[in-house]
Amino acid sequence: MKGKIKIIIDGKECWAKPGQNVIDAARDNGIYIPSLCHVEGVKPAGSCRVCNVRIEGRNMTACTTPVADGMEIENDIPELNELRKAIIEVLFVSGNHFCPSCEKSGNCELQALAYRFRMMVPRFPYEFPIKGVDASSKYIYHDRNRCVMCKRCIRTITKDGKNVFAYSSRGGKHLHVVMDKELAAQMTEKEAQKAMDICPVGAILKKERGFYSPIGQRKYDTEPIGSDVEKNIDHLKQKEQ
Amino acid sequence: MSKPVIATTSLAGCFGCHMSFLDIDERILELIELVEFNKSPIDDIKTFTKQCDIGLIEGGCCNSENIETLKEFRRMCKTLVSLGECAIMGGLPALRNGIPIRECLHEAYINGPTVGLNKENILPNDSELPMILDRVYPCHEIVKIDYFLPGCAPRADLIWNALIALVTGGELQLPYEAFKFD
Ligand code: SF4
Ligand code: SF4
Repeated sequence: MKGKIKIIIDGKECWAKPGQNVIDAARDNGIYIPSLCHVEGVKPAGSCRVCNVRIEGRNMTACTTPVADGMEIENDIPELNELRKAIIEVLFVSGNHFCPSCEKSGNCELQALAYRFRMMVPRFPYEFPIKGVDASSKYIYHDRNRCVMCKRCIRTITKDGKNVFAYSSRGGKHLHVVMDKELAAQMTEKEAQKAMDICPVGAILKKERGFYSPIGQRKYDTEPIGSDVEKNIDHLKQKEQ
Repeated sequence: MSKPVIATTSLAGCFGCHMSFLDIDERILELIELVEFNKSPIDDIKTFTKQCDIGLIEGGCCNSENIETLKEFRRMCKTLVSLGECAIMGGLPALRNGIPIRECLHEAYINGPTVGLNKENILPNDSELPMILDRVYPCHEIVKIDYFLPGCAPRADLIWNALIALVTGGELQLPYEAFKFD
C-alpha cells in the first residue's frame, strides 16, 4: 500500500491516507462509523458526538481526529454503541420529533440511526420545547423543532457568498440555528433542494416536495444506515485483487 | 393450564394500532388458540372481569379518563405494552404540547375557521366530560410500562412477534423492515 499508513479498527488492519480523518479512512475500508454532522469534504465540526470512537483508551470524535501510523481504534463495541444510542435519545427528546407527520421520515439520518440502534423509547423524558418554524421563503421551510444543531447547513449553504444559516441566541439563553430570511427568499428551487439534502433531519425542507417517495421505497426503509459503506468492503477487496 | 389473558385499549389514539393488530390476518385464528381476550374493543368486553396477563395500550393520555383507564390497566395486567407512537411519545395529539390549553380550546371552539354554530362562544363544560390535561403524556410518564412497540401504526408482524414472544416466553424478533416510527 504505497503512500498509505496502517491503522487498526476493531482488530482489523486498514490502510489510510496520511492526514485523513478516522471517519473517512474507516469508510474507505468498508467500516461504518455512525455520525450525524459529518459531510465528506467539508471541514468537520465535531458537533454531534455520535462518531465517538476509542483511541488508546480515550473517547475521541472520529471526524476531527486525523489518522496516525499504527493507531488502534475501537468502534463497533457495545459500550460505544450504547453511548451513541443515548446521544440519539437525547436528540429525540430535546426536539419535537413527530416522525409520522414528518416529510423527512424514511430518509432521515437521525431516525435511521435510531433504527440501527433499535431505539424502542428514549430513556429520558420528552421536553416538548417550543422552537420556531420559518416558512417565509418561497422554496424553503425551516422547522427548528427538528434541528439537531449539526451545523451542516451553516458550513455549506451560501447565497452569493453569504451564509444563509447561522447560530443565534436571540430570545433566550439557548443557541439555535436560524435562517436569514432575505437570503433565503432569493434562493432558487435547486438551491433549496441542496439545503434540504444536506440537512440530516427534517429541519430544512423544500416546499411542495413532501412525501415524494412511497413507504417501502425510501432511503432507509429496507436497509440500515451505513449498509452502503459496509457493502463497499467487497468493492475495495475486488479493486485490490 | 389456562390460556394467557390479553386486554387492549385505545386512549388518545386513532384506533390505527388496533387496525394494524387485525392486520395479522388469519393468524388471529392461531392467536385465539393461544390466548383469551378480556376487556378490549376487539371483543367489545367493556369492563375487566379478571386479572390479565398482557395489556396493550394504544394512545397517550390527553384527559382524566385516559389516566384512569391506564391506571386500571396497570392494576389489572401483569405486563403492559405501549403500542405505537402515541402511547410511546404522545404522537400527533402531542403536537398541542407547548401551546397553552386555553389557546387550543379557543382555536378549536371559538376562533377556528370552521367554527360556525358556536354563537355563544361556549367551551365544552358538561360535567360528564373528562377533564382535558395541560398536555398529552406518554404512557410511561404516568405508569410503569414494561415494553414498547414503535410504529405509526406498529407493523402487524411486529405486534405478532411481540405477542408470540410474550406468550411463549421466547425472544422478540425485531426484523429491520418491521421496526419503524411511521
Ligand atoms: S426529523 Fe427525522 S427523527 Fe425528526 S421527526 Fe422527522 S423523520 Fe422523525
Ligand atoms: S437545520 Fe439541519 S443542517 Fe442545519 S444545523 Fe439544523 S439539523 Fe443541521
